[in-house]
Amino acid sequence: MRQVVGVILLLVLVAFLVAGMLLIHPFGYPPSDMDDYIIQNAQRETGNNNVVASVVFDYRGLDTLGEATILFTAVTGVLLLLRAQRRKEERS
Amino acid sequence: MLSKIVRTVANQLILFVLIFGLYVIAHGHLTPGGGFQGGAVVVSGVVMLIVAFSSHDLKKSLREHILTVMESTGALVFALLAVAGISTTFFYNFLVGSPVFGRIPPTGPNPGDFWTGGFVPLMNFAVGLKVIAGLCAVVLALALFTRGEEIEE
Amino acid sequence: MMEQVPLNFPFLAAALLLGISFYIILFRRNLIKLVMGIAMMSSGVNLFIVALGYRAGGNAPIYTDVPEGPMVLPVPQALTLTSIVINVAVLALMLTMVVHIYRHTGDIDSKKSRILKG
Repeated sequence: MRQVVGVILLLVLVAFLVAGMLLIHPFGYPPSDMDDYIIQNAQRETGNNNVVASVVFDYRGLDTLGEATILFTAVTGVLLLLRAQRRKEERS
Repeated sequence: MLSKIVRTVANQLILFVLIFGLYVIAHGHLTPGGGFQGGAVVVSGVVMLIVAFSSHDLKKSLREHILTVMESTGALVFALLAVAGISTTFFYNFLVGSPVFGRIPPTGPNPGDFWTGGFVPLMNFAVGLKVIAGLCAVVLALALFTRGEEIEE
Repeated sequence: MMEQVPLNFPFLAAALLLGISFYIILFRRNLIKLVMGIAMMSSGVNLFIVALGYRAGGNAPIYTDVPEGPMVLPVPQALTLTSIVINVAVLALMLTMVVHIYRHTGDIDSKKSRILKG
C-alpha cells in the first residue's frame, strides 16, 4: 500500500519537472541584462582578462567568503569525528 | 603497498602533477582555472601517492600540525585582503592602478599580461593553499581510519 | 554553427537525472546507495545551472585570444563552482558518518540502524 502511494507521487513529481523544463526559454537564447553589462565593463573596472574569475572574486566576493567558511567547517567536522574512539577506550 | 614498477613511476610522476597544479593556480586570471580547480589537481596527485605507497608510510611526512597551520593561514590572508579596502566598501579592489598588480589590459581580445588583475591573483593563492591543506587532511584521515589506526594528536 | 535544438534536450537530461535520484532515495535501503543517489542529484542540478546560460554559437567568457562571436553568460558558471565545492564538503561528512555507523552497529541497512538501543 505504501509502495503504491510512493510510486504515484514519484510519477506526479517527474511529470511536473518535465512540464517545467518544456516551458522555460528555448535552449540557446537566454534573456540577459546583467550579464551584458558585466561582459562589456569587466576589463575596464577590474583589469582582469578572465570574466568568470572577476565575477567569483570581485562582483560576487561574499559568496566565495561563505563557501570558504563551509569548506573550513566540513574539514573540522571530519577531523573531529574520526578521532573520538581513543578517548572512549582510555576512559573505560 | 604495490609492486616496484608502480612505486618508481609514482615517484617520478608526482613532480609533473605538482607543477601543473601550481600553474593552474597561478594563471587563474588569464586562462580558465583558479584556486579551487588547481587545489583539486594537487590533491589528486597526493591521492596517487597514498595508493602507491601505504598510508602508514605517509603519516610521517604529512603531519597534521603543519596542515592545520597552512589551512588557517590561507583563510586569514583571504579575510585580510577582503577587509583591506574598508574605507570605500567591503570587497573593494584596491590594487587597480597601483604598480604591483594593477595594469589595465586593452579592450577586446589580446594576449594576456601577467601583472594585471588587482588582488585576484593573491586571492587565488590563498584559496589554493586552503583547499590543498583541507582536502589532504580529509583524505589522509579517511585512509587511516579504515585501516584501524588514527591520526596522532 | 548550431541551430535551435528542438525540445530543450539538456534540460530534459537534467530532469531525468533528478527523477532517477529521487527514486533511489525513496526506495533503496543500503546506506552507500543513498549517498550515491545524493551525488547524482547534485550532478543533475549542476548540469541544469550551466545549461541555463548557453548562447547559440558562443565562446568561453575569457578575453585571452578569443575568436569572434558572442560570449556565453558568466554568472551561472560562478554559481556552479560554488555548488560543486559545497557538494564535495557535504559528501565527505556523509561518508564519515556511514563509516561510523558501520563500526558501531556492524550493518549497513537503514532499517536496522534506525532503532535506538538503551
